[in-house]
Amino acid sequence: MNEILAILPYAAPVAYAALGETIGERSGVINIGLEGTMLFAAYGGLVGVSHFHGPYPVLVGLLLGCLFGVIVAVGSGFLTVLLKADQVVVGTAINLLALGVTGTLFRVEYGHSGKLLSVPTLSRISGIDWVVAGLVVAVPAVWLLLHRTRWGLAVRSTGEYPRAAEAAGYSVPRLRLQAAALGGALAGLGGSYLVLGTAGGFTENMTNGRGFVAIALVTFGRMNPWLVFGAALLIGYLDALQLELQAKGTAVPREVLISLPYLVALIVLVGVGKRRVAS
Amino acid sequence: MRSRAATFGLTAAGLLAILILTLLVFGMPVGASLRLIVEGAFGDKYGVARTIVRIAPLLLTGLGVTVAWRAGMYNIGGEGQYVIGGVCGAWVAKLIAGSPSAVATPLLVAACIAGGAAYGALAGWLKARRGVNIVISTILLNFIALQILSWAVSGPLRQRGSTLPWSDELPRAVMFYRPDHASDLHAGVALALVAALAVYLLLFRTRWGFLVRLVGINPRAAQVNLIDPNRVQVAAMALSGALCGLAAAVQYVGISGQLSVEFSQNWGFLGIPVALLGGLHPGGLLLSSAYFGTLRAGTANLARFSQGGDTLVFVIQAVAVLGLAGIRGYTSLRRPVAEAV
Repeated sequence: MNEILAILPYAAPVAYAALGETIGERSGVINIGLEGTMLFAAYGGLVGVSHFHGPYPVLVGLLLGCLFGVIVAVGSGFLTVLLKADQVVVGTAINLLALGVTGTLFRVEYGHSGKLLSVPTLSRISGIDWVVAGLVVAVPAVWLLLHRTRWGLAVRSTGEYPRAAEAAGYSVPRLRLQAAALGGALAGLGGSYLVLGTAGGFTENMTNGRGFVAIALVTFGRMNPWLVFGAALLIGYLDALQLELQAKGTAVPREVLISLPYLVALIVLVGVGKRRVAS
Repeated sequence: MRSRAATFGLTAAGLLAILILTLLVFGMPVGASLRLIVEGAFGDKYGVARTIVRIAPLLLTGLGVTVAWRAGMYNIGGEGQYVIGGVCGAWVAKLIAGSPSAVATPLLVAACIAGGAAYGALAGWLKARRGVNIVISTILLNFIALQILSWAVSGPLRQRGSTLPWSDELPRAVMFYRPDHASDLHAGVALALVAALAVYLLLFRTRWGFLVRLVGINPRAAQVNLIDPNRVQVAAMALSGALCGLAAAVQYVGISGQLSVEFSQNWGFLGIPVALLGGLHPGGLLLSSAYFGTLRAGTANLARFSQGGDTLVFVIQAVAVLGLAGIRGYTSLRRPVAEAV
């Protein structure tokens, strides 16, 4: 049981990002910039926690992270949904922008001495903090939202057959932007939790592919929040296992362990196969 | 239809404006920073050499991205293909150590190209056979490639007797010819220009190039003409990877002469904005790679004198791509065309 609890802080960032991406992809938008969104939010978490001196600085960090996530997601949604720019082009640029902006700001603000910057983190009760516990609520909530509300039905129809949603009187761009904003908030929570929960500090490019893995998880989980969450647990487990095995020391090369999450994500996508070929 | 000169002028002015704005936003002194950038890029003959050797890999990875994207394959994996190219090159270098340079140099370059091509084709094949989204697979393959590099230089390819994760150093005779050993300028740079010309001829003057562009624009039209889009796309991915592998060869045999985990300097990633701003056309790529190569050489100099210099290139490239995407979207929205949802 403790083992499962121990992997949750590693699974949570990817899980939140993947849940958010599930909503976005249901609306028919794939956010290649998810990695950058998380990185911006991680920096937002750092800024919030280190510049706010009132009560609950960690909470402020998380909220600022969410806000950053929403801003980035809506900004890229503005380009892809309203101006109909290419999703891959915009997403790639967002990732690059996040890398450049957070890297430059971090160096300008904290110096590039590479000194270990540690920040206060969420308090945990037997290894569980409220962001991790929140997954218990978030997963069914996203499922209910998508499958048991009028808005969710509209969003899903927007993704599957936009003309039907339009004919039913919905505005496709508005629904997609709403979905993007919600997805951005969740990705923002995941990204800032990376700083304020998982790692307790910020390093350049600290998301290190988690956003991309989250996109892969949504495909793996076939856009079903429960399956996506299960897949996130698997990746979190590999992430935790990798660190534990490295600490213990094994005959397996370190590099094999580090690449496990990516390797498994890729193998799984190959296994899922033709079931979801993009049109 | 605006003239090409006007487009070029507007783009150049826009890029300069983005550079200045970026400096302002990060609170860096504009005049002094610009002077450092210009000095770093053109200050003396070493500066010019530094700039030229940074243009070459950008041009090559940009060409790689161009070939794949023209075929409708969003190859984000230039970085991984570059890295695997380098690993294959270093591996062959170890195998044939001691052979004369007339044999060794071409073999090394060929190994780099083959490695990149195989890694690119792998992603293409996964897409064709299993429908794996090319964006996601190439990104995951990037991370795996970086770990393969790290494993190779600390394990099988590590320099004998060294405790540091470095591969053997290539003998000077095997490296590309350098007119002046004090500067980085080397003959391999010419390969980039040759590749640009070759890609142009291939894409716009051959039947296969036509097929690549056709498949990219309209795979169904290809299909009804009994052309298998998958085959064209896998081949385009292989060629794309080959060009990124060639970029690795230019860096490995031309500059570094040995591999470490630092071998990948984001050349593969930066090729994407270079290709996009170059309009996915080899001619445009010459200009965009020249601009960003200059900027990379210049900001490296800036980074020596101020906090945060070399990450500025990412910001400028990203803003430029976003701006371009936005402008294109805006103008195409205003043009009254039949809506195709």
